[in-house]
Parts: sequence; C-alpha cells; structure tokens
Amino acid sequence: MAYRLLGRATLLGAGLGMALSGAAVSGTYDITVDRIEIDTGDFTKTGIGYNGSQTPTVLRFREGEEVTINVTNNLSEETSIHWHGLILPFDQDGVPEISYDGIAPGETFTHRFPIVQSGTYWFHSHSGFQEPDGAYGAIIIEPEGRPLARFDKEYVVQLTDKHPHSGDRIMRNLKMSADYYNREQRTLFDFISDASENGVGATLEERRMWGEMRMMPTDIEDVQGFTPLINGLGPDQNWTGLFEKGERVLLRFINSSAMTYFDVRIPGLKMTVVAADGNPVQPVPVDEFRIGVAETYDVIVRPRTEDAHTIFAESMGRTAYARGTLAVREGLEAPVPELRESPRLTMADMGMDHGSMAGMDHSAMTGGQDGEHTMPDGTTMKGMDHGSMAGMDHSTMGGEHTMADGTTMKGMDHGSMAGMDHGSMGMSTGDPFYAAGSGLVPKAANGGKFLSYADLKAAKPLYEDRDATREIELRLTGNMERYIWSINGVKYEDADPIVLNYGERVRFKFVNETMMTHPMHLHGMWSILDNDNGKWDPVKHTVSVSPGTTVFMETEVDAPGQWAFHCHLSYHAAAGMFRKVVVVGGPEDQRAELDPVSGG
Amino acid sequence: MDRGTVLAGAIAPALLMALPAAADPLVWGFQAEQNEYRVTDGDNVYAWDFDAFIGTDEARFVWRSEGEYAFGEDAFETLENQARVQVPISDFWDAVAGVRLDTPSGPDRVFGVIGLHGLAPQFIETDIDFFIADDPAFRFEIEYEGLITNRIILTPSFELDLPFTDDEEIGLGGFGPSMELGLRLSYDLVDRAIAPYVGVHYERSFGESSLLAQREGENPGAVFFVVGARLQF
Repeated sequence: MAYRLLGRATLLGAGLGMALSGAAVSGTYDITVDRIEIDTGDFTKTGIGYNGSQTPTVLRFREGEEVTINVTNNLSEETSIHWHGLILPFDQDGVPEISYDGIAPGETFTHRFPIVQSGTYWFHSHSGFQEPDGAYGAIIIEPEGRPLARFDKEYVVQLTDKHPHSGDRIMRNLKMSADYYNREQRTLFDFISDASENGVGATLEERRMWGEMRMMPTDIEDVQGFTPLINGLGPDQNWTGLFEKGERVLLRFINSSAMTYFDVRIPGLKMTVVAADGNPVQPVPVDEFRIGVAETYDVIVRPRTEDAHTIFAESMGRTAYARGTLAVREGLEAPVPELRESPRLTMADMGMDHGSMAGMDHSAMTGGQDGEHTMPDGTTMKGMDHGSMAGMDHSTMGGEHTMADGTTMKGMDHGSMAGMDHGSMGMSTGDPFYAAGSGLVPKAANGGKFLSYADLKAAKPLYEDRDATREIELRLTGNMERYIWSINGVKYEDADPIVLNYGERVRFKFVNETMMTHPMHLHGMWSILDNDNGKWDPVKHTVSVSPGTTVFMETEVDAPGQWAFHCHLSYHAAAGMFRKVVVVGGPEDQRAELDPVSGG
Repeated sequence: MDRGTVLAGAIAPALLMALPAAADPLVWGFQAEQNEYRVTDGDNVYAWDFDAFIGTDEARFVWRSEGEYAFGEDAFETLENQARVQVPISDFWDAVAGVRLDTPSGPDRVFGVIGLHGLAPQFIETDIDFFIADDPAFRFEIEYEGLITNRIILTPSFELDLPFTDDEEIGLGGFGPSMELGLRLSYDLVDRAIAPYVGVHYERSFGESSLLAQREGENPGAVFFVVGARLQF
C-alpha cells in the first residue's frame, strides 16, 4: 500500500519529466506542506509531509529547464523550502532570514529559477525542526546530454531517521541533558568485560581519562531511539524496488536524516559509485559506503540472478538500521543482517593521538616528486619520493604506525605503490579522512572495499584547477555538556557573517575540535573537496569532517548574494554551528540588496 | 532581611542584565532528583528535591525546591525554596546567585545565595552554595549516576550542611554539620521522564547541632528506606 503511494509519486514525477522532454523548457510544479500522520511500523506520530504523504515527493527536472514551483503552506506556522545542492539565485534558496522571509501559514510562495545542473539532489524545510519532522523530498535532474551512466531502471533511496519525539522536544531535552538520548553509554558490564580483557588497572586508567574530560567514547549518535526509513517506510514495511535479471539498476541514495550517518550495503551485490552529491565521479566499485547527513550517492547495481537482495543501511553508531529490498516481484525478502557492534571513539578522535606519527622517518621521504600532501592533522608533507617509499622497510613501521601516510598514498594511486601490502604495515584504518587510530573508521561487512572520500574523483571537473586566493580557517567547536555548537568558538547568534568576494577562490580549512562528525554544507556554491586528486578533486555540496581531523575544501565564489553555511546535523545547526556567508561584488544585475554587517 | 541577603538577591538580576541581547531560544525543563516516600521506624516522611528552569545558553532562572513532610506530626520538617540565576563561567561550571526562603512548620528564614553548580571531573554533579544571612551557612552536594545498564542506574549522593553560627531556634549549632547520604537504584521506565527507584537515605547531625537535637529528645541520626520516582520533563 505504502509502496503503491511511492509508485504514484514516482510516476507523477516521471510523467512531468516526459511532458518536458519534448521541446518544453519550462515546467510548473506544485507542493503543499501538510501536517500528516506518520506510521513507521514501530510507532505513529504527527509530523509534516509534502503533498499530504509520508512518501517523499520526487521532483523530476531537466537540465536547462526554467522551473516554477508553487509551495503552499498548509501548516499553522511559517515554512520554507531549501533546494539542497541546487545552484540558483540566492533569493530562491529558501532560507528564512537569509534568502527571504519564509512562507506564512496559508500562503503560496512561487519559486522560479533555471536548472543549470543535473543529478540527484533533495529539498527540505529550513524552518525550525520541520525537516526532522518530515519535510523533505527528492530531486532528480536529467542531464541535457548523455546520462551519467548506462542503466535500465532507477530508484530514489531516500533515508531518514524518524524519531517519535518532535524536533522541538528533542532540542529541549538535549539542552536539558546532552546525553538524554544516548542509550549506548558504557555500563558496569562493559567495565567488567573491558577489565577482564585489558586488566583492571588499564581499564580504570582509561575510564579515568574519559572522566577527566567529562566526555564519553560512546558519543557517536546524539539522538538515538529513531526508526530509519527508506522512502518513508520502516524496516518492517520493507520498501521494495523491482528489477529484472541482468538489468542495471541506478539507486539514488539520499541521506535526509536529521542526525544520522548510515553505512550502506546490499549483501551479494557490488555497487558502482557513479556520482556523489549530484556530480558524476569516476566509477568506483565498492561493497559498502558511508553516507553523511545531506549527502547523496548514485550507485549502479546489476543483479545477475532473480534472487532478492536486502538494502541494509546501519546507522554509524549501530543503534538502528534502514532496510529495503530489491526483488523481481513484490513481497519477496532476503535475509536481513544483524547490526554490528557499536564503535567507540578513541583518544585519536579527540585529536590527542598525533604522537603516534612521530616515529615516522620523514627524511626517508624527501626529494623526488614535488607533490604536497596534506596529513589529517593539517600538517603538510612536501616532496614525497614515492619511488623510495616503495622500497621502505615496512616492517619497521610496525603496528603502532597506524595511518595517515600510507592511506594518503593509497588515495594517490601511484602505480609503484599498487603492490604495497597495507595490511603488513598495520594500517588497519586505511582512510585519510579519519584521525589516526580513530574508532570510527568503517570496514566493509564482507571484508571488501569500503568507499573513502579519497576514492572520489570528478568525472568532469566543473572548474579549472587553480590556486586558492585565500584560506579561511573554520574550527568546528562545541560544548557537548551544554549542547552548544559553534564555529571558531562562536555560535551563530553571536557571529559576524563570513564575507567573500565575488571571483575569488577560497580555501576553507575545517579543523574538527569536537568529538562528533560534522557534515558541513555551503549553500549556493560548490564545495570542491581537496582529497589530493588535484584537478580531479570531487565537487560536492556537503563535506563531512570526522573528529580529530582537518579537511580542506575550495569554493569558486561565483554566486552573489547571501547564503547559509552550516553543519547539517539539525540540532547542531540550531545550537549554533551555522554562519551567514555574504558574497560581495559580482555582476550588477545579480548583486544582492543586502547589508553585510546586519544579522547573525 | 539583612544586608547580605539583599546583596546576593541584587546580584541575581545584575547577572541577568549583563547578558548580550542575543536572540537565543528559550529552553525550559523540570528535573526532580528526589520525589520519594521515606520509611523509618519513627515518623514516615514524603521528601522532594527538584529544579524547574527556564532560560538560554547565557543564563537560566532556576526554581529549586526541597522539603520533607512528616506524616505523623503533620508538619513540614523542612521546606525550602530558592530562586536562582545560573550563568556559565566555564565549560562545565555555572555561577549561581539568588535567594533562599525557608518556610517550614516553625520559624522562617531568608538567605542570599552565592554558589557554583556544575559537573566535576569523573561526571560528578556538584553544587556548592553559600547562604548569606545573620546566621550564614554552607552547603556541598554531589551526586553520581552509576550505570549498571543503560536503564538501571545506581545513584550515590552526599550532602553536607554547615551552619557558621548558632541558630538554636531552628536547631542549628555553629560548625555543627549535618549530612545526608543516599543510594538509589532507579529504572528508566519512560525515556528519562519517569524513573521509579528504591534506596536508602541516611541523615545525621554532628557537634552542636547534634547536641541540640538530643536536648529536644530527637535522634541526631536516622536511616530511611525510600521508594519514589525521578522525574524529568
């Protein structure tokens, strides 16, 4: 029944798409914002839905189209819609107090903007906690030219973390006690098992260190107790996508969660990642990938038998899973895996374990190539000689030399290193986008390939590669106990806007000083993730920054106006990890009427 | 009301006025750490200890109420209400200023309050309060939540009250402290909103205060079995 609803929404979208595929260059779309009952299979609650449904609305546009979208607010409070990842005039971006005044109850706001890109995106309310309450949908934009990959069928797989509490209540509870929703805290029994494994002394010492900081290694998911949904359906409601044997199926994964990262796999099927955040990437075959909040990944799977397959998306903290099925007909099921053990943060995630890199002999690496390599802690290594590294005595690097260097090399894909046995180097972490020795480093359930940010290479870069004109450091900061989140120690309410100049290329340096992972989202302009792939650096709209790491991204400042820039975890953004960005200058007719010093 | 009370009472609104005029959202909540029936071989007692708060990240106004009602005597052995303003001064600590009003069955007292509230290392909830009046006093309270499981929680607590002068009318002798020790085992029944518990509560006075109690024919020490429910909304 619920699937039928989704089918109808998809067909509606497809129908509009087809109607437009003629010579039509403009389309009109209607969205109503409604209060609805949501049934997750585990619980029912009152929430918000677009077009009266808990099945996310799918908008299907064509690149080059001029869209008109009428948004009617049937709520008793103000609403708004932000078109996440779309490049558009700032007054169409849908952020109250930054782009416009929002949409009052009972009113209809008409968005008009040209579609200048293609791929998988999404849209959501930017007012209060309406997005966690259910106000989200998907956007598919067909390219003007060739499709990004060959496929026979396509499905949106939109994930969310539906909580029985309203967003307002969750925020208030977090402010009252930050661990309100953490039911993965360490207990007496964990102490006993740790003590029997590592000894009482070591366990006491370890507990003392965390207690000294008044922090918890289990602090991975702030908000637990949710039911993950795929396209509006809970695990037992089992969203199902149909295929025929041998077909290539494009799955457009969108993480519309308020707070939850998911590790996604389809046991028995290899997934080929063909796009990230809407933009095509050079195909990467993987067994599993982690999707941060607000990110999208397009993957292609090709089932060669008629067997059903489970789409299994475990939350990063392993407290819940989303589940759907790919099958040749409705009603089939495949085995559903067990949740894996919850990860634990380590001192490395606190940014306190860089000492383990000290033993490395950097001198052995000097000379040769003049690449510059960014270590996760922000230091750079110039001129690494990869040739001589291939001959390094790996045994001396030992188990304690946990990461950084080797993993950076891996991302560089130098032929001479292809044969390196990372395992023998003790590099269990294998991903430069996590702190050395981090407890969050993902591993594929089947021991195979887990996608890393380092694997993402733009299929067709959107911008010419050039040096940044300046660097802006943004330290991601917070006070977990008070549930205050901030940038450079200042929360949104107290902060001046970030002022950028039209035409510059800004290099943002994110230094994560907190123990949480933050998906940073800049509106209106692309975020070019620096993952050491040079001109092939992938173009994203949301860049995830793991605890204890430094991540760089560059932005070509090509969109005048004022924009939002924030952590996409709903309660982090609301608690202050948010900035207004003002772009000054630019073409006269696009320039914003604004006052750069006013407002947060 | 003496000058000390007036002074501390005046600090509270001053702390509020020092706030930047930021458009910070209001949060509010109610937390009752103790809400219990105390059973002993003498007079049984209903006791509570709650904080109700409203405020922002920059300051919270807290109504703190504590009391003990003795069923046999049909009297409030203690009844204490504080109006407190809490302002963050570090990552884990708030400065506190306010007024405390004691209106038990018997003589009333008014104090100014200056103190610290926060989380000490090793997750120990801590309150340190100076009560300013003609007969000033000091109070130190700590509490720790020990997780047996993520829902079964063992909470040891300790409170020390130290009067600095004699106030014989209400049974306090200068530097004669009284102490409360508690151990409560709770189960989070509904989220963290309702957590029924059982436990033991021990209280005892020392020094001059103890002698005054004995003179009144009261026992300076008592052990209670307690049953109650922690509340948090």
